[in-house]
Amino acid sequence: VKRRKMDLAQAPANFAKGVDGRFQAATPLRALLNKVFPDHWSFLLGEIALFSFIILLLTGTFLTLFFDPSMKEVAYEGAYPALRGTEMSAAYESSLHLSFEVRGGLFMRQMHHWAALLFMASIVVHMARVFFTGAFRKPREANWAIGIALFLFGFLAGFTGYSLPDDGLSGTGLRIASAIMLSIPVAGTWISASIFGGEYPGDLIIGRFYIAHVLLIPGGLLGLISVHLALVFKQKHTQWPGPMRTNTNVVGERMFPRYALKQGGFFMAVFGTVALLAGFFQINPIWLFGPYRASEVSSASQPDWYVMFMDGLVRLMPNWQIYIFDYSIPPLFWPAVVGLGALTTVPMAYPWLEARRTKDKRVHNLLERPRDNPERVGIGAMAFTFFIVATLSGANDVIADKFHISLNAMTWAGRIGLLVLPPLAYFIAVRMCLSLQQHDREVLAHGVETGIIRRLPNGQFMEVHQPLGPVDEHGHQIPLEYGGWVVPKKMNRVGALAPAVKGFFFPVEKPAEIPVSPGMPPVTGADDREEITSGR
Amino acid sequence: MTAVHESTDSDRKPVDVHDPKLDRFDIVKEGLRRDEIEIITYESQFQGVNSKAEKRVVRNIALLFAISGVAGLAFLGFYIWWPWKFELGSTTSDFYTPLLGISLAISLFALGFAILAWAKKLLPHEVSIQKRHDGESPSDEQVITGQTMLFVADELGVQRRPLLKGAIGLGLAPLGLVAAAPLIGGLIENPHKGEEPMMYRTGFDPVANDGKLVRLTRDDGSPIRPDDVSTGGQMTVYPGIPHGATNEYADSPTLLIHLRPDDAQETRDAANADRRNAGSMWGDYVAYSKICTHAGCPASLYEQQTNRLLCPCHQSQFLITRNAQPIFGPATRRLPMLPLNVDEEGFFVAKSDYKDTVGPDFWERP
Repeated sequence: VKRRKMDLAQAPANFAKGVDGRFQAATPLRALLNKVFPDHWSFLLGEIALFSFIILLLTGTFLTLFFDPSMKEVAYEGAYPALRGTEMSAAYESSLHLSFEVRGGLFMRQMHHWAALLFMASIVVHMARVFFTGAFRKPREANWAIGIALFLFGFLAGFTGYSLPDDGLSGTGLRIASAIMLSIPVAGTWISASIFGGEYPGDLIIGRFYIAHVLLIPGGLLGLISVHLALVFKQKHTQWPGPMRTNTNVVGERMFPRYALKQGGFFMAVFGTVALLAGFFQINPIWLFGPYRASEVSSASQPDWYVMFMDGLVRLMPNWQIYIFDYSIPPLFWPAVVGLGALTTVPMAYPWLEARRTKDKRVHNLLERPRDNPERVGIGAMAFTFFIVATLSGANDVIADKFHISLNAMTWAGRIGLLVLPPLAYFIAVRMCLSLQQHDREVLAHGVETGIIRRLPNGQFMEVHQPLGPVDEHGHQIPLEYGGWVVPKKMNRVGALAPAVKGFFFPVEKPAEIPVSPGMPPVTGADDREEITSGR
Repeated sequence: MTAVHESTDSDRKPVDVHDPKLDRFDIVKEGLRRDEIEIITYESQFQGVNSKAEKRVVRNIALLFAISGVAGLAFLGFYIWWPWKFELGSTTSDFYTPLLGISLAISLFALGFAILAWAKKLLPHEVSIQKRHDGESPSDEQVITGQTMLFVADELGVQRRPLLKGAIGLGLAPLGLVAAAPLIGGLIENPHKGEEPMMYRTGFDPVANDGKLVRLTRDDGSPIRPDDVSTGGQMTVYPGIPHGATNEYADSPTLLIHLRPDDAQETRDAANADRRNAGSMWGDYVAYSKICTHAGCPASLYEQQTNRLLCPCHQSQFLITRNAQPIFGPATRRLPMLPLNVDEEGFFVAKSDYKDTVGPDFWERP
């Protein structure tokens, strides 16, 4: 019997056939390779959060190899001379060991912390993008709610992680957390005693926070992120209105190779940014704070930025205590428990509230320019102003110190600002939206202002307008309808005033392209395509 | 108003992919047709194959990959050979972390830009349109699935068999409690257990010291004589018991203040007018709990001129000369005063534990 020769060239095909014969992968794989993604820079904000999360998992796993989540008292005998001989918890000792005596440990710790800050920041900016462009509308309400839950989970992950090193700052944070638990009516003392395993601080809390920080919360984050991405995939991404773009299609490029490559490149850029931050910008230098001692704290004890709004609200709260017979509710309860609870749950309902108010039950796959929905922008501006005033108040002692302002004046400014500025922001934002709408309509009615002044024979001066479409017999533009997308307002947006010679070092001999709307590669549409007329 | 997009799908006929005359792109296009995708533009960014411009872009991308590799090697070099052990003062090891950061960042940025340039500069420009399928499933599908679910319920026959309905409840509820019991039972702690609940007691309670009065000590455990605190000065003191200065007694840190005579008189008058604080001072000395009644931070910033104590966490301010009443910020409750005395050896002792509850406020505080 003659042995058949193995055909190496056929090996990949045979392998693929084998896989397909078992998993029927061909059709779904083709659909995946072909899936079309719309493209706009603002769609990448959420990606930063995803990439930061991956960096957090990688660096965090490294840190667990050296961290000892124990509150046993030990005397420090490590490399940092200033603390030698000091009594401290094993958790703090191992954090110092990680920072000073593990090769590259400090770098990894700083990467982890910077990635966490970036994670929360990109979540907030991504949510702002989704909110102001109306991307949360039907059918994506559930994904909006998951996004809010992700912020809360990120907040908890950040707070537990911040507490683990058991340095002076994190102990102070824990103490405040315990006071916040105590402030809950009826059950407060029970909750605090149960979580700390007795009176604050006890000797269990670091171990409990550790398992929450490395298993429970990341598990929740991982699950929520998976559902979040699966829904984006299933429901397909929203897109901006523009040529050829309708509510029932996706205009963009296929996932492979171009889109996927760009994602990979972007991941590397985000990773590089975190590495740069971690290498050059010191974050949370725990050895300067010393071990946590209940009697010690310094001024300018600020939490991480995403907790500062809560700290600010706590600082601004007037000392109103509510007495009910022999019992009382401390003022700490309102900003810290009710405030955080409301801020992380009420916005979940916004998509349904807005749909109910506008009686809008349609499916929206096209985004709305913020200016086209002034009320929503006003509400968003109000929320962000509140958040910013609260966050700045979280650092009001530092502001008071650096700018030589009275601390009490800062507190009062925060209290008044918290009430006065959000409505003002609402008003200004709505007026700005309406003005921008007005200007869009003006350009569509009369054309682009050229800046060229012409003097008529009768002595009258007038500005020459560049029509954007067909003109009537007097040479005036026939008014165009608004398409829900960028209206060119400058001459170089319609192809004038392009640089004479392109190229940085060497001139590129190429005729200047006709610039198009941002985010939209030049296309040559077929004649039977009509520009869409509305984004709504 | 909906947009008009006249699909040209109907023009596109399915092709036989086994037809040997088709090239690869024809087969790709057949796949796109099946996925309801239409390619609108697909054009190379360069004129002709192997144009000068294309070669330049390829060279640049290759250069970026090379930079990435070199920077990666530099990272490894720094990681292995740069002195990294911490030493006090300015040493070369101070640059260890920045060097790791810059080399890794350059490597990653170069790799990222190489990939991005490949995608954006080298690959053909493409605009594709894919159809969406939103909204409900076809109504017959909805009917079928709905009826199937109802049929499943019928099959189980819970509606017809009320006995089972009750039995399920009776059977499952305890099992659910079984799952919750260890979690709740193991974690829960009664904050009020014992004769002297932990909430209301500090290390100055003589009960924990075999009934002897507790001395005020420094954090090294040494007792304090009145002369040790100068006029206008202050000192953080701890209960003079084993571990008194550790976090085991997190509610016990106390601020001992030696007031100037006129301030002391004012403070004494205010304290003696108060039921709880009467007679708690010793001479011109007064001791207040250092634990802020707002959120539990140490209210440690003592302003000598105005006799205020400021908590650096949330800026509550307490007036020492008036029983440490809060005068600004979110705190509602005064700082408890520790009754002071001096024992026969001339050291400060606490006459008793605090008479007010120390630390942050809570619902059932007496």
